[in-house]
Amino acid sequence: MKCSEFLHELTDYLDGVIDAGTKSELEEHLAWCHNCYVVCDTTKKTIEIYRDSKLYELPENLETKLRSAIAARCKSHKNKTSEGKA
Amino acid sequence: MGAIQPKVSEPVSDELALVEAAKAGDDAAFEELVRRYDRNVFRIAQHITQNREDAEDVVQDAFVKAYTNLKQFQGQSKFYTWLVRIAVNEALMKLRRRRPERTVSLDEDVKTEDDSVPREVADWSPNPEQQYTQAELRDILDRTIHGLPATFRTVFVLRDVEGLSTEETADALNLSIPAVKSRLLRARLQLRERLNKFFQRRERANGLQNPVSGDGNQ
Repeated sequence: MKCSEFLHELTDYLDGVIDAGTKSELEEHLAWCHNCYVVCDTTKKTIEIYRDSKLYELPENLETKLRSAIAARCKSHKNKTSEGKA
Repeated sequence: MGAIQPKVSEPVSDELALVEAAKAGDDAAFEELVRRYDRNVFRIAQHITQNREDAEDVVQDAFVKAYTNLKQFQGQSKFYTWLVRIAVNEALMKLRRRRPERTVSLDEDVKTEDDSVPREVADWSPNPEQQYTQAELRDILDRTIHGLPATFRTVFVLRDVEGLSTEETADALNLSIPAVKSRLLRARLQLRERLNKFFQRRERANGLQNPVSGDGNQ
C-alpha cells in the first residue's frame, strides 16, 4: 500500500468499517511508514480529544432558561392554533 | 492502533412513543424530548455558529420548529436526526446573517487541496491534552475548530463529537455518503494539523531532537 492509498482508507480505518484484507494491508504499511503512523495516531487523538472535551457544554442555568422559553413558545403556538380552530 | 471507540448513545427505544404522544397533544412528552436533546442541539449550534447567543437562539428556534411541524415527521428517520437537520439549517441561517460576505453552504466545492499525506509530521506527547488545564484546553480546541470552514465543522461535530453514523450525518445534512466521508477526512486532517503546535513533543518543539527522523516510537 502506498501513502496516498493509506490516506484514502484512513477515515474508514479509524471508524472501524474497513474490510479485513484492507485493514491488514494498512497495518502492514503503518508498521514501516513512520510518517503515516504519526498521521494516523495523531488524527485518532484529535478525534478523541474533541469527543471527550467539555467544549460547549450547556450550563444548567441557561438550560433551565431555554427550556422555559421553548415551553412558553410552544404553548403560545398551541393556544393560537386552538383559537383558530374554535 | 485501532478504530476509535464509538460514543455510547442514549437509548432511543421509547423515542417514537414520546413523539407519538407529543403529536397527540401531550406537551410533557415533548418536554421530555427537549430534556433529552437540548445539550446536543446547543453543542451542534455553537460548533456551527461559533457564537453563544446565536446558539441559544438556534436551540429555541429548532425545538419550536420541531414542535410546530411535528405532524410532518413521518418516522422514516430517528426523531433526533430530524431535529439535527432542523438545527443545522437554523444554525447555518444564523451564520449567513452574521457573515453575509461569505457564502455558507454545505454543498460548496471542497476540492481545494490535494490528497497527499502530510510530510515530516511531528509526533505528539503520549497524553497531549494533559499538558494543559481544562480551561486552556477548551480555549485551544475552541480557537482551533473556529478556523475550520463551516461545512467541515458541521460534518465533524455530527460524526465525531455527537457520534452520528455516516448515514445519519448524510441524512441530516442532505449530502451523499461519499461527500460526508470526504469532508470528514479533510476536517480531521485540518484539525490535526492545527493542533500540532500545541501537542507535539516538547523536545521536538524545543529543537532538541532531529525533527525529521523517526524515533523508533512505533
